[in-house]
Amino acid sequence: MARYLILIHGDEQADESATQADFDALMAAHNAFSAKHGPAILGGEALQSTKTATSIRSDGTITDGPFAEVKEALGGYYLVQAADLDEAIAIAKDCPAPNGGVEVRPIMEFE
Amino acid sequence: MTAIRLPAPAEVAAAVAEAHRREWAFVLAATVRVTRDLDLAEECVQDAYAGALSAWPASGIPARTGAWLTTAARNRALDLLRRDQTARRHLPLLLDDPTLPGPESALDAPDIPDDRLRLIFTCCHPGLAVEAQVALTLRLLCGLTTAEVARAFLVSEATMAARITRAKKKIATARIPYRVPSAADLPTRVEAVLTVVHLLYTTGHTAPSGTGLMRADLVQRSLDLARMLRELLPRDAGVAALLALILLTDARSGGRTDDSGRQILLADQDRSLWDRHAIIEGTHLVREALRSRPPSRYALMAAIAAVHSEAPSWEATDWAELVGLYDHLLATWPSPVVALNRAVAVGFAHGPLAGLLAVDELSAEPQLARYAYLAVARAEFLERLGRTVEARLAFTEALMLTENETERSFLADRLAALPH
Repeated sequence: MARYLILIHGDEQADESATQADFDALMAAHNAFSAKHGPAILGGEALQSTKTATSIRSDGTITDGPFAEVKEALGGYYLVQAADLDEAIAIAKDCPAPNGGVEVRPIMEFE
Repeated sequence: MTAIRLPAPAEVAAAVAEAHRREWAFVLAATVRVTRDLDLAEECVQDAYAGALSAWPASGIPARTGAWLTTAARNRALDLLRRDQTARRHLPLLLDDPTLPGPESALDAPDIPDDRLRLIFTCCHPGLAVEAQVALTLRLLCGLTTAEVARAFLVSEATMAARITRAKKKIATARIPYRVPSAADLPTRVEAVLTVVHLLYTTGHTAPSGTGLMRADLVQRSLDLARMLRELLPRDAGVAALLALILLTDARSGGRTDDSGRQILLADQDRSLWDRHAIIEGTHLVREALRSRPPSRYALMAAIAAVHSEAPSWEATDWAELVGLYDHLLATWPSPVVALNRAVAVGFAHGPLAGLLAVDELSAEPQLARYAYLAVARAEFLERLGRTVEARLAFTEALMLTENETERSFLADRLAALPH
């Protein structure tokens, strides 16, 4: 078994214009995802918008905002376990990401 | 005791070369099952081929060269793995299917399992960039050296070596499995494999610039790969269609250029130079592929090639049938290039004015703005309409957009032949 991080990227402007009904539908989709893949999911969180982000550079400079400005920002993640990339992709395909998509990254394991 | 006739060195060299072309993928795929490491497997398979060159002059050429080479490569791998258990583990091991017997027991089996499909699906995994899939396919399935793959794609050997290393590292690190995909994933994964083989064929068939033997070799390699897929996936309509397309297009290669290498237009080709055996085989496969509904992109492209191949002459070509096939192809695979080919067929089905109008409808397509064949098609219809001045302009434009030397000299000849 290997571990993969599913990074959920999405357009934050679309999130801002979402209605309560959109939000409820998204929550229901995440609940369905968690129910379907429960045993494989090791953890996961949703993040506040990049407007709330603070970045600290290696020289100690502190700035307001995300580390890199991108249209489709990281909005949340799941940590999952899977036998291989095909299994991880099968899980990631079910992950709700209405205004963007997901990225699957293997976790570096230290033995 | 009967004396064994020992093979001459040239016979051995030819047998090893033949086994390299025909058995490389089989031998490597079976060896990967033992090593679960692509680099180590390649090294062992290379050793096995070198071993054949020195062993076969004394032992004779084995009846089943693939099985001999596989046993040699796997023994070499087991040897190396026993000798240093840890030194080679710089990358995680490939994952294969745990439900199948392990490599040790497979070695004792009378028949070595055919693992080529696993290797194909690993090389053509959608998690790899297409150019990496193509490079791995040539390297691991066709046994080309990195230098040969680099030459085929007009990049430096260092660039190609880095591309292949990066792809192998991703396979191991992201755990791209060494396995045939599930039934649910199979159609899209086969499609990815077909894309790679088709890309190899088109790269070989229409060299974008310059010429070279390597390009002709790419056509042969893509045909070998399509035949291998047909053998491994005999019921897949897309595979049948791609093999048909390659056979039917390549069947005409004997008539494409004259003795001095100049291009001859399909209309003017000597059709007796076409490969009739390939046309018969291709036509048979097209019929099979078209039975699957809806027909795949390759099935429609192969059907178009079949109409040309079966026509006794350019004039006697069934242009109305071609327009219909292009309409289907446009519906399933909308592309400006397909639309242009359809416009050309319209011109021959309904006359040069209809063709010119259909071509001109596409002149605003940004994708066709620098596409030489659009200018060639315009020139062709303008010439047929007797509009010589405009035809001259269109041929000149086509010439400016063409890099391939053979095509350039063809266009220059056409331009010179226009009446003044």
